[in-house]
Amino acid sequence: MASSVAPTRSRAKQRAGDRIFAGATRVAGVIILVALAGVAVFLTVEGFPAFGADSTALFGASSFVGFVWPLLFGTLLAAFLALLIATPLSLGVALVISHYAPRKLARPVGYAVDLLAAVPSVVYGLWGSAYFGTKLVPIYEWLEAHLGFLPFFKGPASATGRTILTAAIVLAIMAIPIITAITREVFLQTPKLHEEAALALGATRWEMIRMAVFPYARSGIVSAVMLGLGRALGETMAVAMVLSASGVITFNLISSTNPSTIAANIALQFPEATGLKVNALIASGLVLFVITFAVNFAARAIVARAEKAHQ
Amino acid sequence: MARAKTPSTHSASSDSLSEEQPVPAQSAPPETASRRTTPLPLSHPTLPRWAPWLVAGIAAAAAGLIALTLGWGLVPWAFLAVVLYAVALPVWSLLVENRRAATDRVVSTLVWVAFALALVPLVSLIETVLVNGLGVINGQFLTYSMRNIIGPGGGIYHAIMGTLLVTLAAAVISVPVGLLTAIYLVEYGGRGHLARTITFLVDVMTGIPSIVAGLFAYALFLLFFGPGVRMGFGGSIALSLLMIPIVVRSCEEMIKLVPDELREASYALGVPKWRTIVKVVLPTAMAGIITGVTLAIARVIGETAPLLIIAGSTDSLNLNLFGERMMTLPVFIYYSFTQPGVPPEYGIERAWGAALVLIAIVMALNLLARLLGRFFSPKTGR
Amino acid sequence: MAKSIDVSDLNIFYRDFLAVEGVSMTIPARSVTALIGPSGCGKSTFLRSLNRMHEVIPGARVDGKIVIDGQDLYGPDVDPVEVRRQVGMVFQRPNPFPTMSIYDNVLAGIRLNSRRIPKAKADEIVEKSLRGANLWTEVRDRLGKPGAGLSGGQQQRLCIARAIAVEPQVLLMDEPCSALDPISTSAIEDLIHELRADYTIVIVTHNMQQAARVSEDTAFFNLAGAGLPGRLIEMNPTKKIFSNPEERATEAYISGRFG
Repeated sequence: MASSVAPTRSRAKQRAGDRIFAGATRVAGVIILVALAGVAVFLTVEGFPAFGADSTALFGASSFVGFVWPLLFGTLLAAFLALLIATPLSLGVALVISHYAPRKLARPVGYAVDLLAAVPSVVYGLWGSAYFGTKLVPIYEWLEAHLGFLPFFKGPASATGRTILTAAIVLAIMAIPIITAITREVFLQTPKLHEEAALALGATRWEMIRMAVFPYARSGIVSAVMLGLGRALGETMAVAMVLSASGVITFNLISSTNPSTIAANIALQFPEATGLKVNALIASGLVLFVITFAVNFAARAIVARAEKAHQ
Repeated sequence: MARAKTPSTHSASSDSLSEEQPVPAQSAPPETASRRTTPLPLSHPTLPRWAPWLVAGIAAAAAGLIALTLGWGLVPWAFLAVVLYAVALPVWSLLVENRRAATDRVVSTLVWVAFALALVPLVSLIETVLVNGLGVINGQFLTYSMRNIIGPGGGIYHAIMGTLLVTLAAAVISVPVGLLTAIYLVEYGGRGHLARTITFLVDVMTGIPSIVAGLFAYALFLLFFGPGVRMGFGGSIALSLLMIPIVVRSCEEMIKLVPDELREASYALGVPKWRTIVKVVLPTAMAGIITGVTLAIARVIGETAPLLIIAGSTDSLNLNLFGERMMTLPVFIYYSFTQPGVPPEYGIERAWGAALVLIAIVMALNLLARLLGRFFSPKTGR
Repeated sequence: MAKSIDVSDLNIFYRDFLAVEGVSMTIPARSVTALIGPSGCGKSTFLRSLNRMHEVIPGARVDGKIVIDGQDLYGPDVDPVEVRRQVGMVFQRPNPFPTMSIYDNVLAGIRLNSRRIPKAKADEIVEKSLRGANLWTEVRDRLGKPGAGLSGGQQQRLCIARAIAVEPQVLLMDEPCSALDPISTSAIEDLIHELRADYTIVIVTHNMQQAARVSEDTAFFNLAGAGLPGRLIEMNPTKKIFSNPEERATEAYISGRFG
């Protein structure tokens, strides 16, 4: 920011105290760079042996790609479904807080949503697996009976409810507070000027939101959804606890044979893994790291471009 | 203008646009007399204020009737009621009011339905944890470990201590690094290359999956301690990787909020820059920094995946961060639920109890953050 | 298109706070009425009550009557959306929609009501409105460019074009020149002169010279003290207000003794 004010510039003689302090802050910054580089380097080094590993180390798969691909499929499928559910709901919640609810209600609700963002994922996993999943079983049976002609609902419906769809719904529930928190802020920051301009032209509330709020918030919404996506991709415990995975590739969302996800697979296998299996799991973690890195990178780039366009 | 020719007042405003209309600035005043005859379309038939409630009541009753005859449960009834409401109100509005008002009502309904749909599971989660966990918590549960426990009894003392120690160590690592980095970014880095790189990578770091952080800590410790290493401090390293970006972000925001006038006033008194930062900038930003740090702790204290990998699991109390496995609350919840032992009900019961304790800790930290923020907030307060 | 406005015994509240008290006036059609007075005297609040824009603030309400064309704006069946359509508004700071082009900004209000407008008709409305706002010659070559790229004065005229595109009866202007430089201000004042032929214009201004230059009638608002409601002190032809006001307070304000 504009905070680096004059004194540094006339650096006739820097005091020792200043030099040491400035050096310390710089070192702290460099530590972060080193740490992040360390993540990439260590995962690569420890994951590398997995590429030549045989099928015992790869949990029965014949090659590393054959090992990772079904997991990657499950990761992407669960995250995609989660966002499909979470995005509209989050926008609804954010709009209620920013524009629909009376202020007396909006404030505590916003606060509650913030608190829910802090609920640990293992608790979501516990709830999803022990309580929520079982409640979904009748719905899955209904879907199988009435929409069974669609490949997604072919069934046979799982008797425990621990399906990829349940996992995706739990992921969505976890993503909602995150996406809501950001979009709500952006909605609230819409300039009053533009909202009033729309209202003064005789816009209804929805028309005002479409004319003034959404265009202003577009990049904020996109980056919020991308952040939610990053979360859903990397979420471990909720999926590990909710999903009863068998490592298949299928679009059947409600059966008891489900694809697993990279993160959940690591959590489930790692505590018992030894030797090259550890390397294989670390390598799959590297794949996950690269994907989430790319998603976050894209989100930041979108926001940066939108900011530039605004100026 | 057109209004004189258009008998229906409701559509007049939109119709009038399609009629030729003299350019105001150049035209003579249009005929007045003819316009006097029809009133402005200011009002149109409107649904009464209580219309949504009436429709909601009817929808609920109708759905209830159907649900009773067909023997449905609560969820299908609610679903049907909402669908009936979402169809009936806009249709009524379309018949009485107009298309735009009906659209507005459709959207309002959808927004509120989305809101309710999103809140139902969240409320259910809290309720389930409370119902299942409250009965478990007692003095023994909080002060005993699981050492030599089979079946009933035992507690989470070892897990609570583990969580506190691991998180504390993570905070001890993250806060200095994060705060100093934030100071560098705001006070020294300017728009330089290093500062921009750090800002960008901190952004990216906020998105690192927690399990990847755990793998990193494991790979790092593997180097020093060989395969199969488990220790609490590894968990702290993994957690600080997740915590540092949060600390940097919030501290940066807070330090930026300190007005330049304060810094300049201090420089003008001949105070060196580093003392200005320590004595003027940081105290001014302290409330926000403390709030941010507390929230960051609340965020990582519930992390499970990295601890599962590097801190491991044990039944006994271990207070040494640098040696052997260390139980933590999230990992305890996970194992109590997935490997409850025989008979399973005691393990599952303990999982709910521990979940309630964990949520309580997180919520308490959140509340504490707000209180601290309010308590420390000086003149610059929001 | 111009109607007179009859206001009687209007009180405006924010929750329990009475902001404006007991205003009665008749705003003549096809003429410019200026509202002047010190800051916080309620003139902007009053202006915003004329198209029910003040309702945007939670807790704001009104009692009394505002009658346009025989209909009370606050009558039971009256739709604030329709009111705002008939009573257009121009704000203190120019506020074209930043994501829309100049062309789309002008059409913004019209698109609300008709889903599809033929291109030719749309072009015609845009040209007519921009000509009406004395902006056509300056922007005819860049209608597709964003409205935010114009100068402040041009943006304000774009906002006026947007307001008159829906052919309202009344135009409310809330200090439309306070954010503009003198040259842009004089362009807007010229425009107000021309618009008077077709619209009932109510303008809030802090600038008494401006009130004297553009208006036929002037209403002076004042408040008795901090925390007390604003009141209408005097409404008279502008010439009279500025040469021979009836009230002592008006004279004091105009001659610059306070405010």
